[in-house]
Amino acid sequence: MEQKIVETAADQAFAHGACSKKKVINIQPITRIEGHARIAIQLDDEGNVADTRLNVMALRGFEKFIEGRPAEEVPRIVNRICGICPWMHHTASNKAVDGCFQAEVPPAGTKLRELMQVMAQINDKILHFFFLAAPDFVLGAGADYAVRNVLGIVQAAPELAAQVVKMRQAGQMMIEKFAGKVIHPVVVVPGGFAKSMTEDERRELLEKSKEQLEFARFCIDFAKKNIFYKLDPDTVGLGQITSGFLGTVKADDGSLSLFDGVLRLMKADGSYQDFTYQQYADFLGEHVEDWSYSKMPYARAWDEGFSMDLKEPKGIYRVNTLARLNVCDKINTPLAQAELEEFRKLFGRPAQSTMLYHWARLIELVYACERVLELLEDPEITDTNVRGKVTPGAGRGVGCVEAPRGTLIHDYSTDDNGLIFRANIIVGTTHNVAPMNMSIRAVADSVIQQGQVSEEALNKVEMAVRAYDP
Amino acid sequence: MPVKVASEWLNSCSGCEIAILNLGETLLAVLPQLEFVHIPVLMDHKYFGQKGDGDIHHLDIPEAVVGLISGGIRNREHLEVAEAMRKSCQVVIALGTCATHGGIPSLINGFRDEDLFERYYRGSETTDPHANPNDPALPPLLERTYALDEKIKVDLYLPGCPPHPDQIAEAIVALLEGRSPNLPTKSVCDTCPTIREGKGKVKKVRRFTENAHFEPGRPVSEMHCLLEQGLLCMGPVTRAGCAGNNGDAPRCLIARVPCRGCFGPVQHDGNQLLDMLNALASNGIDCSSVTDAASLLRFSGAHNLVRAK
Repeated sequence: MEQKIVETAADQAFAHGACSKKKVINIQPITRIEGHARIAIQLDDEGNVADTRLNVMALRGFEKFIEGRPAEEVPRIVNRICGICPWMHHTASNKAVDGCFQAEVPPAGTKLRELMQVMAQINDKILHFFFLAAPDFVLGAGADYAVRNVLGIVQAAPELAAQVVKMRQAGQMMIEKFAGKVIHPVVVVPGGFAKSMTEDERRELLEKSKEQLEFARFCIDFAKKNIFYKLDPDTVGLGQITSGFLGTVKADDGSLSLFDGVLRLMKADGSYQDFTYQQYADFLGEHVEDWSYSKMPYARAWDEGFSMDLKEPKGIYRVNTLARLNVCDKINTPLAQAELEEFRKLFGRPAQSTMLYHWARLIELVYACERVLELLEDPEITDTNVRGKVTPGAGRGVGCVEAPRGTLIHDYSTDDNGLIFRANIIVGTTHNVAPMNMSIRAVADSVIQQGQVSEEALNKVEMAVRAYDP
Repeated sequence: MPVKVASEWLNSCSGCEIAILNLGETLLAVLPQLEFVHIPVLMDHKYFGQKGDGDIHHLDIPEAVVGLISGGIRNREHLEVAEAMRKSCQVVIALGTCATHGGIPSLINGFRDEDLFERYYRGSETTDPHANPNDPALPPLLERTYALDEKIKVDLYLPGCPPHPDQIAEAIVALLEGRSPNLPTKSVCDTCPTIREGKGKVKKVRRFTENAHFEPGRPVSEMHCLLEQGLLCMGPVTRAGCAGNNGDAPRCLIARVPCRGCFGPVQHDGNQLLDMLNALASNGIDCSSVTDAASLLRFSGAHNLVRAK
């Protein structure tokens, strides 16, 4: 029976392409990303790009299968949406359950949640920059695929690689020692946190976090000097599109926040609207295409529909590092603010170049390290009152955080027994699916002409995807 | 000669791959003895040629001695990749509980696909209603989520969500040394240092809506067993290993929360739901006090254990 479902999974990239016998290039799987996707590039009779598609291949069904589960269990289930950013789902989900149960989180509980979530961001940014993205820049977009990877970096720059591996590892172990599990965490609970932090633990984390900040400063200096300042205009323009942006800012001063605040939706012209988590469905919609299991969020509030046309996009906004730096008015930590000022002076606000996601990522790395120190220097963080009263019952809650990959939204409704009966989740990467499709088209148009297809050209198409860190 | 390794991820989250990276300096130490020939998370080897012009009916994975596969099998592409890995690799390791028992994504086996699609594409508050995506480029779903060994032969099981880096290292080093790996076989309870006083005091389990009782800053070994505190804890029916070789306690216990069974059943073909209800009954605990008993199979719903109503 199964054999007959379809001839093969990879059956004809575009059904219509196969019919007209036009050539289709399959980049499958997309590599050095987290997830399952492929790129199909259809060429016309002259060998120029006729169309491109990013097919997102996976559909696991979390929103469906958490139905019927006790809501307080769900933050330990939905973290499995992503093994790179499980802390993001874990914290956003807990916030949503707090809303369902009208639980009040004590100040120390909130601070411990933010501490863990921002510490996890640090490790994620190191991982993405050095393990996934850097090979394209350090070894070159056209380097042999067998060496164009982190193992190649280990060969080419063993001392740097050893330092990166050591610092990332230390960051992971810092979390694990205190929180038990670093991958698929369990320590955040509805109403707050499952344990308090002792003074000894605080001091130990503080010392190690100071080393992390030093390392973050080294990373951004290294990257600016060796990569960012040297980027040629062609590379800076790789996959550039014009879009709006979405991210979280603090409600009182519009500053960057990864953990809590209001959502800010900015148009390409820089004008913006702020809205609360609960209003998300008034501002955002999701479009579906036949050729991707992933939906494509768009700005419903702009009332212009959805189009991925490169010249006249409609409803298209982006999330993730560059978006957050574009929407925020400032960063409330000094070193990251200085980096933001330099960045804005060079590229304006909002900056549109897709490759700048990498630079923005390292500015956020500096912010995250500074923010961790602020939290650990707050005496209230060792308070033993970490969990408020939690009473299962009927309600609705929307919980958001900024995941490394963008604004993460968990929206749950519970019945009288506190069981989930409806859930809607918009995952960070999903917001960028339509923009990634557009960036792929933009690069493909620029690197593939008259049937000339090189490995380097195809890797450049993937580089446009990797910048979004999907 | 370095040992060739191929790695793939199927119906998974990448947590197992991050666990491999969390080997950190241990990984750097063994790296010279390994040659990765295919690993999508780190390396750009493609299924259909590096220029994307290969035969789309022939999914190419280079030959390797060791094949690491995380994730279960949920769609046609997963199945093809799993079969290609089996063909190319001498030893196939099922990495993580999704690969060994279906893992969290096998909870979907309790629902019908049409209800899933209805909810996703026509029933959400943000989605503009649309027919199910059905382009031939998308791999169709299989009728349920399978563990790897339901579809291909598996040589070694490394459960865990994710597995502990110590067990991944042990498996790799054992293979390099040509011996069988030494992996945990006991239950989480057997490795848990909490204080146990004996059966019969607790009659019901309660939902985890207030924290466990313990003295902040004191070791786990001075805390009372969470099951004896009246919290549902899956330690009795879950494979040990999450603490690694040198951990003080099972990892969830360090966080002061009860175990939910992420290493799967103690015996490979065990049933965590039946085993847990038995464990509760034999401790004199009323099984009907468990809210959502189906969740006891949340990590091991493959092998046809979780089914749609």
